[in-house]
Amino acid sequence: MPVLTGKELRIVGFLCNWCSYGGADTAGVGRFGQPTDLRIIRVPCSGRIDPLFIAKTLINGADGVLVSGCHPRDCHYAEGNFYARRRLEVLKRFLPILGIDPGRFDYTWVSASEGQRWQKVVTVFTEQIHALGPAPRFDAVSADMLAKAAAGALGQGGNRVAA
Amino acid sequence: MSRLEELKTRIKEALPGLECVIGWQKGYDPLHNTPLFMRTDADVDKLEWGPLNVHNPAVYLPTFTGKKVGVVVKGCDSRSVVELLQENLINRDNVVIFGMPCTGVIDLSKVKARLAGAGVSAGTVTAVTDDGKTVSVTAGGQTTAMPLAEVRADKCGRCQFPNAVLADAYVGDPIAPAAPAAAADADLAALDAMSVPERMAFWRYHMERCIRCYACRNACPMCVCRDHCIAQSREPHWLTQDDTATEKLMFQVVHALHLAGRCTECGECQRACPMDIPVLALKKHLNRTIRDLFDYQAGVDPQAIPPLLQFKLEEDNIKERSW
Repeated sequence: MPVLTGKELRIVGFLCNWCSYGGADTAGVGRFGQPTDLRIIRVPCSGRIDPLFIAKTLINGADGVLVSGCHPRDCHYAEGNFYARRRLEVLKRFLPILGIDPGRFDYTWVSASEGQRWQKVVTVFTEQIHALGPAPRFDAVSADMLAKAAAGALGQGGNRVAA
Repeated sequence: MSRLEELKTRIKEALPGLECVIGWQKGYDPLHNTPLFMRTDADVDKLEWGPLNVHNPAVYLPTFTGKKVGVVVKGCDSRSVVELLQENLINRDNVVIFGMPCTGVIDLSKVKARLAGAGVSAGTVTAVTDDGKTVSVTAGGQTTAMPLAEVRADKCGRCQFPNAVLADAYVGDPIAPAAPAAAADADLAALDAMSVPERMAFWRYHMERCIRCYACRNACPMCVCRDHCIAQSREPHWLTQDDTATEKLMFQVVHALHLAGRCTECGECQRACPMDIPVLALKKHLNRTIRDLFDYQAGVDPQAIPPLLQFKLEEDNIKERSW
């Protein structure tokens, strides 16, 4: 790991056991070269993923989060990924209001046989995260930005007057 | 007979069949009303109606599971009741809804700021009167008149439901919603105007002020987990007890995301906040997202299924990325 310090970023992947995890395995068996930044967490279904998993991962300092499940209509549990799609889309649109670049999170569908597609998804997503660079940390906001926030100088007028 | 007297009569008629009826009464000083649980006719006589009824009584309904209760609602409160019905958290047969047209409630922070501007302390208020347009507050021997439009809660400026959306007993004639005030969504517009890193600084600043009292959660009519809230559970251990801005932000994210597609924007979270942190902006942004994606508004139709509890095989507005 020390060799890779500064070169590798921390990307967390939540993969469905029945499709994308198998797809990643297929990519490995096929010896398709992949970036090594992604750390995979296997979940039983994309519908198992609470959007809070992703929010917590990003707030606590991950540089990117990738979610991958079965293609719509191919869910092992029939409809888990349909619910997941709605939740994940809502989350993706919610992140920017917190100050997290929405490009740091993406979700997609990869089946167990799609090793090449998996290679492409990982490569493109990792490149995207590298283009964004290390994630700005919530606990390391610069002092002058904080001073601006305190003064209400972030181009905002909705801050209520404290009584 | 005034409308309030008529409402009291209706409540007294229904009271024998009910555990209690939830409403508002005069509080510890003339500026504050507090929730009222009416069990006898004498209690009903304490009922108040007016711009000081800031609380959302729907928050108490899930605690009366299995008992038949009544609730007096403003338009915004009725949406919370409807949302609870939509999610089967309360039983329609066990709730009797009393409604009256609402012309807006005050924002105590704004009133206190006005009083401070007039050089008097909010602790010395001796009388409050209102005529529907102006609230006159007497404090420290001097009376300050405040136009309701200037000291009302922000939610009232954009209110589209001044009448109860669902009521068993409705007193008075329904009133038409006013055109949204220009500044009603100023909090959201301000956040929209910021760059993404600026928003992070904004929340960092506000989360450092947060004292983590969980008043926002306790005041929320949709936060029905109560003692089982994941903010306090050890297994799973979502949040630590560390006093850091990160933990506090995570709590706000938990609250907001648990309200996705459910929040009726009653504004209780922000009103209850002792630090005046604009937490409602997160929920307003989520509601805007839900409206864009699913063309849905929470707490309007008791039969509607919340958008995150259903799906379509082909989503109309979700365009997925092609790799």
